[in-house]
Amino acid sequence: MNNKYKIIILGITIVIIFILFLRVLNSNKTYQPNQMIGKKIPEFILEDLFNKNTKLDSNVLSGKDFAVLNIWASWCIPCRIEHPFLMDLKDKNRINIIGLNYKDENGNAKNFLKKYGNPYSSIGVDKKGEVAIQLGAYGVPETYVLKKGKIVFKHIGPLNEDAVNKILQLKK
Amino acid sequence: MKKFILTIIFFILSSNVFSANEELKNKIYKNIRCIVCQGQSIYESNSDFAIDLKKLISKKLDNGENEKQIYDFLISRYGDWIVYNPGLNFNSLVLWLLPLIIFIIGGFLIFRLNNKKKK
Repeated sequence: MNNKYKIIILGITIVIIFILFLRVLNSNKTYQPNQMIGKKIPEFILEDLFNKNTKLDSNVLSGKDFAVLNIWASWCIPCRIEHPFLMDLKDKNRINIIGLNYKDENGNAKNFLKKYGNPYSSIGVDKKGEVAIQLGAYGVPETYVLKKGKIVFKHIGPLNEDAVNKILQLKK
Repeated sequence: MKKFILTIIFFILSSNVFSANEELKNKIYKNIRCIVCQGQSIYESNSDFAIDLKKLISKKLDNGENEKQIYDFLISRYGDWIVYNPGLNFNSLVLWLLPLIIFIIGGFLIFRLNNKKKK
């Protein structure tokens, strides 16, 4: 083989190796909140907040074309900030919101909804916070958008206008 | 007397199993980062998140899951970041092997150049 070609091939190989090296070196080594994006919603069955005989089954969520899952608690102050956004999503945009009541007292949760309004079509009680861990959450509030059972968007912290716009865009 | 000896043997064996299980639990707790704390493992932290994770890990171990299954589960939920020592994956393998490959290619080229000069 001609020496010129050998040098070109060697040069290209070295460049490829360095690009690969740099890409791996710069890969994200911090907490990745989007770890669950694109994955199916984990399986769970939870007791309903208002009716102990009714269960919130993740299979029901998997069957829906579009749903929003919101993790909340009555003791969580940021949940009060995001509550008007959830009410708007339900009333103005007719979005099906499922609640996951996180490590809460049932009485307090019901009082919270009585006071601020109930944006949820059903609410599962996650007393031990195990389902929240299954979902890759680490606190409240957190919101997931599900399309045909797959998580397509996750928002950590109280909902804001940007997050609501993103949810509405995803619904289109 | 027989019953008494059997009871003592049972207690010694069960206490050994219990301490081995506790050791494994603590080993896992020490390798899991508390992502809501600063520079702490869940072993050192008493945050809600750490307590919940410890309970879940303990439950999984009691259900017969092994260490790797627990790490795999947590990595699938929170990413590699949650484990202090995530083990070899594609990225770490590339980082380890690429310098070696470059070294071998370089050595081969120097060897060939030397041979040509000698000729």
